[in-house]
Amino acid sequence: MDDTLLRIDGLTKAYPGVIANDSVSFAIGKGEIHALLGENGAGKSTLVKMIYGLVKPDSGVMTLNGAPYHPAKPSEARASGVAMVFQHFSLFNALNVAENVALGMETPPPMRDLARRIRTVSETYGLPLDPSRTVGTLSAGERQRVEIIRCLLQDPRLLIMDEPTSVLTPQEVDILFETLRKLQAEGTSILYISHKLEEIRALCDHATILRLGKNVGTCVPRDTTAREMAELMVGSSFATPQARATEKGAVLLEIRDLSLPAPGAFGTPLRGISLSVRAGEVLGLGGVAGNGQDELLDALSGERLAPAGTVHLKGSDVSRKGPAHRRAEGLLSGPEERLGHAAAPDMSLTENAVLTAAHRKRLVANGFINWTRARTFAEEVIARFDVRTPGSGTAARALSGGNLQKFVVGREIAQAPDVLVLNQPTWGVDAAAAAFIRQAILDVAARGGAVIVISQDLDELMQVSDRFGALNEGRLSPLRPVAGLDIEQIGLMMGGAHDMEVADVNAWP
Amino acid sequence: MDLSAINPVLLVASIMVSATPILLAALGELVVERAGVLNLGVEGMMITGAVVGFAIAVNTGSPLLGFVAAAVAASALSLAFGVLTQFLLSNQVATGLGLTLTGLGLSSLIGKPYEGIKSPTLPKLDLGPLSDLPVVGRMLFSHDIVVYFSLALVAATWAFLKYTRAGLILRATGESHDSAHALGYKVVLIRLAAILYGGACAGLGGAYLSLVRVPQWTEGMTAGAGWIALALVVFASWRAGRVLVGAYLFGGVTVLQLNLQAAGADVPVALLSASPYVVTILVLVVISARGHHGAPAALGKPFHATS
Amino acid sequence: MIRLEKRPQPSRLMSALTPVLAVVLTMVVGGMLFWALGANPFEAIRTLFWDPLFHPQFAAYSRPQLLVKAAPLILIAIGLSIGFRAGIWNIGAEGQYIMGAICGAAAGLAFYPSDSVLIFPLMILAGALGGWAWGMIPALLKTKLGTNEILVSLMLVYVAETILGSVATGLLRNPEGMGFPGSRNFKQWEAAHNAEIFAGTGTHWGVVAALIAVIFAYVLLSRHMLGYQVRLTGEAPRAARLAGVNPARMILFCLGLSGALAGMAGLFEVTGPAGQVTIDFGSGYGFTAIIVAFLGRLNPIGILLAGLLMALTYIGGELAQLMLGLPAAAIQLFQGMLLFFLLAMDVFTNFRIRLSQKAAA
Repeated sequence: MDDTLLRIDGLTKAYPGVIANDSVSFAIGKGEIHALLGENGAGKSTLVKMIYGLVKPDSGVMTLNGAPYHPAKPSEARASGVAMVFQHFSLFNALNVAENVALGMETPPPMRDLARRIRTVSETYGLPLDPSRTVGTLSAGERQRVEIIRCLLQDPRLLIMDEPTSVLTPQEVDILFETLRKLQAEGTSILYISHKLEEIRALCDHATILRLGKNVGTCVPRDTTAREMAELMVGSSFATPQARATEKGAVLLEIRDLSLPAPGAFGTPLRGISLSVRAGEVLGLGGVAGNGQDELLDALSGERLAPAGTVHLKGSDVSRKGPAHRRAEGLLSGPEERLGHAAAPDMSLTENAVLTAAHRKRLVANGFINWTRARTFAEEVIARFDVRTPGSGTAARALSGGNLQKFVVGREIAQAPDVLVLNQPTWGVDAAAAAFIRQAILDVAARGGAVIVISQDLDELMQVSDRFGALNEGRLSPLRPVAGLDIEQIGLMMGGAHDMEVADVNAWP
Repeated sequence: MDLSAINPVLLVASIMVSATPILLAALGELVVERAGVLNLGVEGMMITGAVVGFAIAVNTGSPLLGFVAAAVAASALSLAFGVLTQFLLSNQVATGLGLTLTGLGLSSLIGKPYEGIKSPTLPKLDLGPLSDLPVVGRMLFSHDIVVYFSLALVAATWAFLKYTRAGLILRATGESHDSAHALGYKVVLIRLAAILYGGACAGLGGAYLSLVRVPQWTEGMTAGAGWIALALVVFASWRAGRVLVGAYLFGGVTVLQLNLQAAGADVPVALLSASPYVVTILVLVVISARGHHGAPAALGKPFHATS
Repeated sequence: MIRLEKRPQPSRLMSALTPVLAVVLTMVVGGMLFWALGANPFEAIRTLFWDPLFHPQFAAYSRPQLLVKAAPLILIAIGLSIGFRAGIWNIGAEGQYIMGAICGAAAGLAFYPSDSVLIFPLMILAGALGGWAWGMIPALLKTKLGTNEILVSLMLVYVAETILGSVATGLLRNPEGMGFPGSRNFKQWEAAHNAEIFAGTGTHWGVVAALIAVIFAYVLLSRHMLGYQVRLTGEAPRAARLAGVNPARMILFCLGLSGALAGMAGLFEVTGPAGQVTIDFGSGYGFTAIIVAFLGRLNPIGILLAGLLMALTYIGGELAQLMLGLPAAAIQLFQGMLLFFLLAMDVFTNFRIRLSQKAAA
């Protein structure tokens, strides 16, 4: 077959205790946009790492352009014309754009020529970028451009993109798709990894679906419904969360004009944020990663104190109070990062239960920890939130992402919060666990709690929220009722004017 | 007190000599830390270099051979640190401390027979007419080759980090080992190479102490020079040029306090002898008050490729 | 090809076993070292580890020495271990130990020759305060300005040593000492002498303090909220912040506590085994205690055992010097190697070693 670029045949990779890829086969044609679809943990990352030479397969063969292809390292993959845009972890914050690009090339030209080529290529593909900017100061979308341009400079025959739209506003997604279609027209093949079905239907020619490491089907996305693909992906059906109509009660949490300087060199300042949440209400806050989400959570949990008069909990000013006091007053929070922030990786679940529940659940008396009570509470969370683990003595890091997330969210919910703030509650969690957590969030509201959910997953926010707002560069958009919001409006709330300006190539000197 | 006993020409000349050991060690550690590794064993590697360099110079009669041996020995010692931290993923702080304690023990063991012996020392380099210049000639142009080597190393380190691809890769590794790994760079090997280089530099610095600066072997003779070198790297915000400034500053403090002691200055001797350490603390305080700018983001963090 | 594979959770068995493995490895390599130095390796190891306790001739003298040497090591190591647990690296215990001895001795000597029973308790308090104050310098600099506590605490060791030299020949010099450097001898001043509590056992008040410290640390770390916060801070600093731990207060607590314990150790030493403030009072206990803390796995009970073991190598080292002519430095190297091997073996606690066949390709 002449029009096949990459053929994968029986690729298998096992890690201790788990087979990441079990005899996966498929083929990518020249100039084709091919989707690789699957849940978290389905084996997508391992598969592309094998194609990119980061991981060696245990067995199976790959053929690129009819010739055997077995890259021992990424540079060999790049030499063969395979390039990859990573979802995380391949940029260097303290280095500038040109240096970052150079690091991803085999034989980069001298810096000045490279800077010129970066400008040329970025203009050609509508991805404006200043080669001398320090990467740490770029927005998520701009950082992705660095990755893409790094690949394009090497004239790849196959471009691998790992979850590229998770960091983009809807408008930025459109720009990206333009670029990808342009590349396709020039004959470049694209392997597009995602779990967003509508995107795949809009963009891709073919899709390969992975589940638990196996290829469970190939389809033409345009001819397949999202529901069919979802069923292939998940393998079983599960209940979608049901919102209950609830009475909205008194305002439980109010923020008035909260501003905070950026916590570090590459952090985001909070700028004049005001909002209020009522009993029984879920407020969803969207926005592209790095626009103040972490900073807002820290300011609400009390990890960073806010200026006096800005954070009011049930009518009293808690701006200058730390996490312990706010928790005692009923404001509980669950940060995004499970390992290292919401939970201590090497500590047992019992010890991690003490982390936030020490006082509310009376696990401590006179400064001494009652380990029996702590264990009982941990076991209660494990049972109530269906956490799959050998027991409460297991270290947090031994749990899968979904199970640990159920534990840390459950730990807060089991303390009957008046106000619950969650950042990315279902990030990296499989679909069933995500549905479970969303239902638990709705239950808190139904019980009369006020909930703020910060998330980058718009579908999730539309599902659980009563009102929606978006964070952009530390500012909060006006809050709007979710009913009646369309994707266009959401996009404008999320990025809107700011990113459009950046996208204007001629804006540069 | 007789300040006129202090000869400014000799003062500058001895500052250069006094600064060279910590300059060499700090330049090595700079590269190590730029690669993202914190090796607190500089003191141990320096003193090992000091004793091995001295022993080899005495036995062969060649100080240059002593320097080479010092670099090799300290580098070998740093290999232990490298294997532990890079392959066995041990804690870098604890391992660095262990390296220092081991180096101190090892050096006094090796050095016992060499106490009280004189070693051959390095000849002054004859720079022809330059050395004959009045004042400046004696101040700047009548040193041994290692002083000039250390100055050249400052320029070389700076150019390496700023202009070469290898330097860029090294810096990238120190910024984010995960990114570097994802792009296919061998993080562990890059870091190991940096550690070995840092060891060699510390060894050279140690040998300069025992072969030129003092010049003889006494137990524990580095007396914190390795730690001062570590502080210098922080002081310099991880930049080669500023390491030079810092090293000469510390060299200046050390020489000045010795001169003041000799001149019988009206200051308690204890205060004078403690001054290099107190100044180090003060400098660290000033630097940290200004905020840690320039520290490699992955400094001291362990790297384990999960896939 | 050898590959490391992270264990799902740390192995308790390996955590207990690694110190033993490290000791065995150190014995093997140390034996080779002694062999290279011209001693019979088996005899050397026996002299180090067996003779101090069971030698017919020397054991009577060296057995009580075990507690004398172990007490300061344990006392200091307990303090250090709590800081290390929280990720706070006080490596200047030697300086705090010296300052404790100086302050304690000075407080006592101010009342010479009073025979009040309050003298000794006052000296203990002053010793603890001296060490505490010396530890607070890096603590305050770190909390207020973010200065690296490793370098500052270490630099302060050298400063403490120059102060020691100065007071031993000046301020605290024995006025009746005929010009010799060194303070009055506390062994000749009953009210201030840290004498043996049970004659012939080596049990002085420092030993009691060390035991209390072990129990205190054990309860603190396993039962008390503060100990939990210490561990949490070390394992996951951001999680500790979420739990409401104030990082600055944690630094002040850890450095203050380890300073106070080191200062107390210095006071017990200067009023007991050392007897007086001399220029060479600093004997390196503060650094050896770092090894003890790690060898004891930062666990109070482990530190108790490790302290005894390390004391054994000190005494055995002296015996080996006497009987086999092994240099004192060999023992120092031996101790350093022990820490190295321990850190190397540590990998087995968190990782499994896998031998994987050369991967296809």
